[in-house]
Amino acid sequence: MRNLTSPLFAAGLAFFLLVVVAEFEPGAAPMVVGQAILQEAPETTGTANIVTAVVLGYRGIDTLGEIAILFTASLVAGLVLERRGGKRQAQAPAGNVLRISTQLLFPLMLVIGFYIILHGHLTPGGGFQGGVILAAAFFLPLLARPGIQVRHFGLAVTEGLAGSAFIVIGLIALFQGGAFLQPLFGTGSPGQLLSAGSLPILYLVLGLKVGAELAGLLAHLVYEGSET
Amino acid sequence: MSMVFDLQWILYTGAIGLIAIGLVGIIWSRHLFRIILSLAIAEAGANLMLVIAGYRLHGHAPIMVAGVWPEQMVDPVPQAMVLTAIVIGVGIQALALSLAIRVKEAYHSLDIDEIRAAMQADIDAQAGVTGDLSQEEPSGREVIGPTVAAEEGRS
Repeated sequence: MRNLTSPLFAAGLAFFLLVVVAEFEPGAAPMVVGQAILQEAPETTGTANIVTAVVLGYRGIDTLGEIAILFTASLVAGLVLERRGGKRQAQAPAGNVLRISTQLLFPLMLVIGFYIILHGHLTPGGGFQGGVILAAAFFLPLLARPGIQVRHFGLAVTEGLAGSAFIVIGLIALFQGGAFLQPLFGTGSPGQLLSAGSLPILYLVLGLKVGAELAGLLAHLVYEGSET
Repeated sequence: MSMVFDLQWILYTGAIGLIAIGLVGIIWSRHLFRIILSLAIAEAGANLMLVIAGYRLHGHAPIMVAGVWPEQMVDPVPQAMVLTAIVIGVGIQALALSLAIRVKEAYHSLDIDEIRAAMQADIDAQAGVTGDLSQEEPSGREVIGPTVAAEEGRS
């Protein structure tokens, strides 16, 4: 029975979505809100990248909720995978190619990650993308030397400080008479590296938080995967 | 006009197809890892659909550069939403994978039928149920719910 109902359900949902989509006026995008944001975002927030203006300026609280979700996922994964008493299997070390290319790639990936984070208000990119690159950079040594000990304490401190900094910046805006997480320090001239007020700072702490969370998550997964 | 419509139609159909494939995979798969992968496929379809909703033909990325006016840009709001959705999707997949790792350790299998049978056996053993179940007789030694004596004492 389940064999029959599942494709029926999926086909029904697909048909429903197609009917909804067929109602769309072709080429009508952007919608009203998007058009208004496109018009006024560079003047009000000072970012050249308008997606950044939406993520941090117009929907800052949403982004805070999003990193809270990511934090919860990483916390629960750590809880589920945490194991007391280290009975870690000794693994064979990686080959020369992997170890040397890891050493070569690590500083480059750090530079690219921070570049993408710090230019998040100017170019495509930002805290999430750069944070993932940072996490990959810190994950590489785990691949090259499987026995290496992960400093979860350092990751947790980074993550906690970054998360607190995000909220503190929001609270400063609140106490200066604005709304929570309202952009601070003026707009500057759009297109410059030092512009858009507090949004690059927000993206920097966001990138550090995302990077630390994902690195911890990957470390948990790789150790669990190597044990059995 | 009709070409615009055709392109958007194709893109939307692809996104909806991904969602449908993911759904069927979630329900049909017997393997936990395949279920997680199907979830990722359905997620990709949903993200694609959101991005297409803000797309316009020959539109530019919503970034201020010389020679591009806001009227030529695509909608930035769905893009910001998809940015959010991708990150949350990564968290969900990591969480699902870690749970699957634990299931594999506990039951030495990722086949959901085998896991279900093993879990049922565990629950039966905990409740003291043995072998074939009767519809009429109470199963197991423990009496579940208020006993007759307690009922009388209360009234």
